[in-house]
Amino acid sequence: MTTPGRSEGEIPIAQAAARTSWFRRAATDTQITHGARLWLYALATTVLLLLMLPTLLVIPMSFSGSQYLEFPPRQWSLRWYQSYFDSTAWMQATSTSLKAAFLTALISTPLATMAAYGLHASRLRHANLLTMLLLAPMVVPVILIGIGVFYSYVKLKLVNTLLGLVLAHSMLAIPVVMLVVGSALRSFDMDQARVARSLGASPIQAFLQVTLPQIRFSVITGAVLAFLTSFDEIIVSLFVSGGDNSTLTRNMFNALRDQVDPTIAAISTIIVAITTLLVVFTQFIGNPKKD
Amino acid sequence: MNPLGHARGPTQGAQRESGAEDALPNVQALRRTDLFERLGLLALVAPALLLILVTMLLPVGWLFYLSLLSDQGTFSLEHYQRMWEQPSYARTFWTTFQVSFLSTAICIALGYPLAYFLSEIPKRAANLCMIAVLLPLWTSLLVRTYAWLVLLQRRGLINNWGIELGLWDEPLALVHNLTGTLIGTVHVMLPFMVLPLYSAMRSIDRNYLRAAANLGASPLRSFWTVFVPLAMPGLLTGALIVFILCLGFYITPAVLGGGKVIMVSSRIANDIEIFFNWGAASALGVVLLVVTALIILAAARLVRLDGVLGGRERV
Amino acid sequence: MSNASLPISVSQITKRYGKVFALDHVDLEIRSGEFMTLLGPSGSGKTTLLTVLAGFTRPDGGSLKFGDAEMVCVPPHKRDVGMVFQNYALFPHMSVADNVGFPLKLRRVKPAEIAQRAERALEMVRLGGYGGRGVEQLSGGQRQRVALARAIVFEPRIMLMDEPLSALDKQLREHMQIELRQLHDKLGMTTVYVTHDQREALTMSDRIAVINSGRIMQLDTPRAIYERPKNRFVAEFIGESTFLPVTVAQGRVRLGEQTLRTATPPPADGQRLLMLRPERLRMLGAGEAAGDASNCIDATLVATVYQGDSSLFQVVLGDGTALSVRGASAAGPAPGALLRLAVNVEDTVLLAMEPAA
Repeated sequence: MTTPGRSEGEIPIAQAAARTSWFRRAATDTQITHGARLWLYALATTVLLLLMLPTLLVIPMSFSGSQYLEFPPRQWSLRWYQSYFDSTAWMQATSTSLKAAFLTALISTPLATMAAYGLHASRLRHANLLTMLLLAPMVVPVILIGIGVFYSYVKLKLVNTLLGLVLAHSMLAIPVVMLVVGSALRSFDMDQARVARSLGASPIQAFLQVTLPQIRFSVITGAVLAFLTSFDEIIVSLFVSGGDNSTLTRNMFNALRDQVDPTIAAISTIIVAITTLLVVFTQFIGNPKKD
Repeated sequence: MNPLGHARGPTQGAQRESGAEDALPNVQALRRTDLFERLGLLALVAPALLLILVTMLLPVGWLFYLSLLSDQGTFSLEHYQRMWEQPSYARTFWTTFQVSFLSTAICIALGYPLAYFLSEIPKRAANLCMIAVLLPLWTSLLVRTYAWLVLLQRRGLINNWGIELGLWDEPLALVHNLTGTLIGTVHVMLPFMVLPLYSAMRSIDRNYLRAAANLGASPLRSFWTVFVPLAMPGLLTGALIVFILCLGFYITPAVLGGGKVIMVSSRIANDIEIFFNWGAASALGVVLLVVTALIILAAARLVRLDGVLGGRERV
Repeated sequence: MSNASLPISVSQITKRYGKVFALDHVDLEIRSGEFMTLLGPSGSGKTTLLTVLAGFTRPDGGSLKFGDAEMVCVPPHKRDVGMVFQNYALFPHMSVADNVGFPLKLRRVKPAEIAQRAERALEMVRLGGYGGRGVEQLSGGQRQRVALARAIVFEPRIMLMDEPLSALDKQLREHMQIELRQLHDKLGMTTVYVTHDQREALTMSDRIAVINSGRIMQLDTPRAIYERPKNRFVAEFIGESTFLPVTVAQGRVRLGEQTLRTATPPPADGQRLLMLRPERLRMLGAGEAAGDASNCIDATLVATVYQGDSSLFQVVLGDGTALSVRGASAAGPAPGALLRLAVNVEDTVLLAMEPAA
């Protein structure tokens, strides 16, 4: 019994396509099949794994019970976390890093947002030059900034102070926030700010009531990235923080150079956890547009 | 100049000399209002600018000054001269360029296929995979460096597995040398290569490739003659960023190079921490800065830097 | 009624970008309560003039008065004008009611009164009860009405509109043209409307200012602009037209061998352009008299183009000049037929001799 309208031997196209294995299906309009591209998929996946794995491997190792790091751990224990939380030095350093990071985000976010808005809205002749200057901390080699700040701080007596650290970190964070907020402003419809002003809002009111609510996710992302920039900052902290105000990164770096202390694995895991949470947070709020 | 307001710029306004402009009413008042508005906007930019001026420009400027002082405090070019004369400096520069070139090349080799792959899969999947690229970027550099240290050591994971699986007998020297430095550096720099490349590749209109196929080009041919040139700005941007970051890179080479791979940044740090030789360190730093600036300027001619600062390359 | 609107006085407003004049010493008097349209092609300066009125573009010089008050240096938020943009620019993070109430909130009106006046404004644009909705839930036409409600809720005495209907489809656009005009009549504020659509301008305006290259080419009522254009640009921009060179000598207007009669006394001697509109030409049989004082021109029919509600008859004159006549689609003469074209004396318009743009 054949279905009416179809002669013997005819197979509907949809059925034929469904019978083709995935390997033979076209991946592109130019009819390259998935099968022919397998090497690409394999290579890409390998690279992705290579990017993620080293960091991830540290996590189980931090739970190793023995004196040495091993994977997989023969014994599972929290001793390295214990050693971290018990150590005054590590706790002090962590507290310093957290305080510095928080203050950096607090200072650099409004400063950079204002600057990004001012440059975006202006017809300043030298807008490009000013943008370059504000992005300079990203371009100038950090080692140079590090020793320069160190030298100046020695003169200004800001070495080993929280204030000095926060100022330097804020300077490093400003370009990051500017890039994120600047990108959001560029895709923002400035007509809305204009309308608000035509309806009676002063430029400040227009920004606060119309523009800011709509770019708030980017501002938050910028703040988070500013936090991470400070928290993870090593080189300037190396030179400029010390004694009571030594940062976590400084202590870790020195520990790395001396011997491989497994406590660092525990600290690393904690840092990875915090960073992951924050980065995933920024990826899922609102409408993130990347660099 | 893009004025505030819709004006699309005149396409057919009359062309005339300025002539009797000041005979118009209100010209002075208008100019004054304009000035106030500009100053107001400048005031928004000022605080950030001031911070950067005081914490970066001034100190770096000071270093320039220091580099021109001899140990006795007189004006002298001895620090720069020493760089020219002493062979150890030449070794340092060579090592730095070597690491930078090789890292950039490897990043291209690994990053190009990855970026291409990401640009071909549906956007949602790509965004998910992007997390795998962004996460290392924002994870502490020290953590990543430490991870490689643990993996590459003589009694580290890789060697342990290799020996256990019988792949090799003696532990390979994978760290405290150029190999370890390269591995660690490439791992850090890869996201910087992938991001601009991916962005450029995503914005390539696939219609170009369809047109090429329609005109008779084989997939390989259309990829090479259409896709690669269109993705070139992204590639150059990525390569530029990676190269420049490598030039000044300190942490990872210092840890994974184990004192045997001395790059410019390590040298500067040593000069300060061990020798307290501010003159030498500053001079080296100045050279690093100048080389970086020159490379950026040269690249700015090749690639429109607007693509990096925001806004996409439109073909 | 005079409290509801202000006259606008534009004097010598100039805006330059480099060597090019976006606005070239523009003078314009807009009467209180008038519906004035700025009409012109893109890049003509019409939008620039509007943004100068709004305060977003600062001119290089000139005077701008709303009533007696000099406004040219006043920032936009102090000008108290209502403005509607082409892309509506509604605030997506606020509800419809909050959008409409926004200007009242800025003016420190009490919340209860805000709600009341916002609802009234929405009713006036036939969106009563839509206050609770979000912006994304509205269609294009509805969004435009919300933008309108937002612009009228604080009872401005001047309204500025920048091509507000160009994003809408044809049917909706024509409907909204009438609604906008009715709203204007009801509220009575002075309205300045920018468009590139001549039909829209002719439909809605009390007066039209045709703008090109930063200058006003003609300022007149719609009828005068259509029937008595003052120069070639206006004649070409509005409606269809054909131009024939004529000579004026000793007070007589000559087209080739013929003398033409004009409604107004002929201008000084020299070369002129005769403007003819296809729909103002009547077709008569060869040798037929016009019956009144119309001007008649002999021609031969070449082809007929059927266009539905009317047809375009393509004719050629004795000296080879091609011309179009628009007439009813009823069966006309066959190609090759000899005709006479009659045009009323009032429709025989002379313009200065200018080359084609």
